[in-house]
Amino acid sequence: MTNIVIDPVTRIEGHLRIEAELGADGKTITKAYSSSTMARGIEVIMQGRDPRDAAHISQRICGVCTVVHGLTSVRAVEDALGVKVPENAELIRNLMIGAQYVHDHVMHFYHLHALDWVDVVSALSADSAATAALAKANNPDYYANQSLAALTTTFNGVKTKLKNLVDRGQLGLFANGYWGHPEYKLPPAGNLLAVAHYLDALGWAREVVKLHTIFGGKDPHPNLVVGGVPCAVSSNYNNQASEDLGGTSLNKVNMAKVTALIAKMKAFVDQVYVPDTILIAGFYKSDRATGYKGWEKRGGTGWNYLCYGEFPENGIRDPLNFLIPQGVLEKGSLAIRPLDMENPSEIQEYVAHSWYKYLRVGNNVGLHPSEGQTNLDYAGRGGPAPGANYTLNKGTGYSWIKSPRWFDKPMEVGPLAHVVMMYAKAKNNPVTDAEKAHKRAKDLVDTIWVGRLKLPITPDAEGASIDSTLGRIAARTIETSVIADAMSRWHVKLLSNINAGNLATFVTDASVVAQNPSLKGFKWTDTSTWNNGNPLLVGVGFTEAPRGALGHWLSIFGGKIQNYQCIVASQWNAGPRDGAGIPGPYEKSLEGHTLAIPTQPLEILRTIHSFDPCIGCAVHVTDPNGEELIKVNVSTTLR
Amino acid sequence: MSNLSKKELRNTIANCLSDQMEPNALDENTISETLGERIANAGVSRRSFMRYCMGLSAIMAIPTSLMPKLVEAALLSPVTSVVYLSFQECTGCLESLINVFPSTKYKTDSIENILLTALSLDYSETLMAPSGDKAEKSRADAIAKKNYILVVDGSIPDDKAGAGFFIQSGKTGLQLLKAAATNAAVVVSVGTCASFGGLPAAKGPTGISPTGAISIKAALKSFGGTYATKKVINVSGCPPIAEVIAGTLIYWILNKKAPALDSNLRPKMFYGETVHDECYRKEFFEDGLFVNSFDDAGARKGYCLFNMGCKGPITHNACTTLKWNQGTGFPMEAGHGCLGCSEPGFWDKEAIAGQGVGFYKPLDINTVDD
Repeated sequence: MTNIVIDPVTRIEGHLRIEAELGADGKTITKAYSSSTMARGIEVIMQGRDPRDAAHISQRICGVCTVVHGLTSVRAVEDALGVKVPENAELIRNLMIGAQYVHDHVMHFYHLHALDWVDVVSALSADSAATAALAKANNPDYYANQSLAALTTTFNGVKTKLKNLVDRGQLGLFANGYWGHPEYKLPPAGNLLAVAHYLDALGWAREVVKLHTIFGGKDPHPNLVVGGVPCAVSSNYNNQASEDLGGTSLNKVNMAKVTALIAKMKAFVDQVYVPDTILIAGFYKSDRATGYKGWEKRGGTGWNYLCYGEFPENGIRDPLNFLIPQGVLEKGSLAIRPLDMENPSEIQEYVAHSWYKYLRVGNNVGLHPSEGQTNLDYAGRGGPAPGANYTLNKGTGYSWIKSPRWFDKPMEVGPLAHVVMMYAKAKNNPVTDAEKAHKRAKDLVDTIWVGRLKLPITPDAEGASIDSTLGRIAARTIETSVIADAMSRWHVKLLSNINAGNLATFVTDASVVAQNPSLKGFKWTDTSTWNNGNPLLVGVGFTEAPRGALGHWLSIFGGKIQNYQCIVASQWNAGPRDGAGIPGPYEKSLEGHTLAIPTQPLEILRTIHSFDPCIGCAVHVTDPNGEELIKVNVSTTLR
Repeated sequence: MSNLSKKELRNTIANCLSDQMEPNALDENTISETLGERIANAGVSRRSFMRYCMGLSAIMAIPTSLMPKLVEAALLSPVTSVVYLSFQECTGCLESLINVFPSTKYKTDSIENILLTALSLDYSETLMAPSGDKAEKSRADAIAKKNYILVVDGSIPDDKAGAGFFIQSGKTGLQLLKAAATNAAVVVSVGTCASFGGLPAAKGPTGISPTGAISIKAALKSFGGTYATKKVINVSGCPPIAEVIAGTLIYWILNKKAPALDSNLRPKMFYGETVHDECYRKEFFEDGLFVNSFDDAGARKGYCLFNMGCKGPITHNACTTLKWNQGTGFPMEAGHGCLGCSEPGFWDKEAIAGQGVGFYKPLDINTVDD
């Protein structure tokens, strides 16, 4: 039995190690193990701090998925206070997280995932004129104003840039790739086109983040606040802020910029990202003629999808009007099961194969986050000592990630879950904005996956399905298009509110007390007043990050954070085996992969990257003294 | 003569050619120009250049068999190697760097141009093609050479027995850092975590960092010997502005030395002033006009955020001069006080001694000069 080790897995966020066991044929994966190898203890650092600071601290869990943790934090505190924020704040938050999705997904496709499918060395041998013809055919709108001759020159330029790296003997980022691996299927012109778009996407990305700068002051890590958003509508609305006239960044000039940025987002997504996805997917699906077993038949996790829901169209308390719906789909079904985050048997975390210990109950049981324990125990739970023979102890703990489960079942979260959930929820005659978005997602699945790629959604006899590596990639593209589309709507609504004189972006103290009368004498600026009427405030915040379901649970005592727990998207996906030995989604997705060249496990990278790993997010709380954190029963329904 | 090294040949050719070029043609060079591009930009065609080389090689009695190498050497001078390691990072610093815009003043360029022509990013786990053993090979090859820039983001946890807070392929963070620092010409700590310890070094309820996280400078010091005196530049911020990161790297590449640094090892050209000094709201500060609640009348007018906990007066950075994302704005312009994120220990700093830590706790106004 051969053991394949990939450490570090690159082109992800964070630190991940994959070990895979090959069967008797020496090529096919029988079992896989996913391990996170770095811990920080951010949730411990939270304890005793100002609840208004939580968003700034938690944002730094991840700088790739910036915004999402900050947003979840402020929602958690607002839930604890029982307050709803003004509509403008909800719209601005939707715009910020929407922009995050669009930026993140495009960058993932080109800068993190593409090199698994695109052979950069092959791009060097592409004919530039042929690439120009392909470009015009594949991305006609993107290249609408350019002649074939001009495009040929452009692609020659890209080739020259690559050639210079080769001639200089400094391949940099492209050195030591698996170039020439038989699993690369794109023709040279396709490779060159993809490389050109990789470069274009870098230029696009630095522009679209300006939306975060306008509303949140900077990117990465724009500012969010408990109670609304910090940027007030400028009293100097017609001009940019200045020393002479004062004002803020939320002004007419910047709102016009936001309109242009949204258009720029949509254009690149629809003109480049979507067609490129279809082009590349076409080469990597099964081919009857050659007998190639494609990526619509590999990398599935069993069709068990979980979503908390996101993009409130009518406020956070109305999940029925979320663009991404809330619920669970299991075992190939399109019937949505409801999700109850308060039910102690539904969501539980296991540490059976994680470097933590559960006191009193033993290490093989699952605990609901309201009763969560986080006791670091690397050495005690089988964490291997550093050294040349380092290998995971698979019988005991082997990761810093815990294993979340829903009714003891592993769940995949993220774009595939989002899109299949929208597909399942879509109505033929949509009325509300959320319903229209669901229908749009369904139409894109039907057009792209079924229509263009001619692939089945639910598993067919040969195992082809949207529940696959290719399906996950297509779903990410599809949801990006749906969200980019929704952004105009939110922005138009924000502008219409402003024009109508509805300017509120933050709750007043009076409005907080009006919404929750138990908060006697509440003052936002003085947290010692926060627990006046309630000795213990508990709250939960939920988000769907670009990678999936994200939740923060907290309690506030004496105006300070008492307990803080996160269950993060990549935990659901990247977590190790649970108490019953059932593998997590990453681990399951790799089973059955046949490696063309076991010493060049490109196939493993393709599937793991399809989840868009964010491992900084996935690592849970640590308490270095092994002390049990105070247990609090937190109410987990969205009130 | 025929024993001239590749480098000497290149220099000879460059000197010969530069004598014939306008002085300002050299000054206009972008940082990314190879010698060959410089020649081409001066209007010398490849054909002419080849003829020149033929003539030169005859004069220098270089065998014609070496001609292609001579041309090749001149056209493609190697660029500075950069090895980028990440430890307890959130990847925000890299995400900031890729937002870099061209700046004439700081000689930055787009990230795609920087990556293709200004430097060779020979190791970066976020972007590199290879994984696992092939990635380790890239790192091993790069750190075996000399004169590379070692860039580090993320703090580094201590190695106490059984801790396991960072292990990659059987090696601890400290072991990886030491190996990579050995031949580095300079170590650039990007972000507050690498520069000063940052968030992982912040205190939990028992008063210590949960993972014993320390800065890269502190880690190097703990190795002793030549590591303790290795040149370190801190580019702090959570994250730093893109042009600040890129501008610092390019300064080193062009000048082969660090820019003038402050007592925290930060480039004075970016960290020499506080963000308060150039904030457009400073006049409101001076006039005593303050925001007291987000979205109050003062907030809409853009009044000073001092009472909302702005740490601008004690924070050194370029947020109000360079600003963020190609000058689009900065936190105070978007209504939120400065967190102080480029300063050491900012997560645990009390605005007023004895009154607790927090981003919304105001400084003592008596300590702030106008």
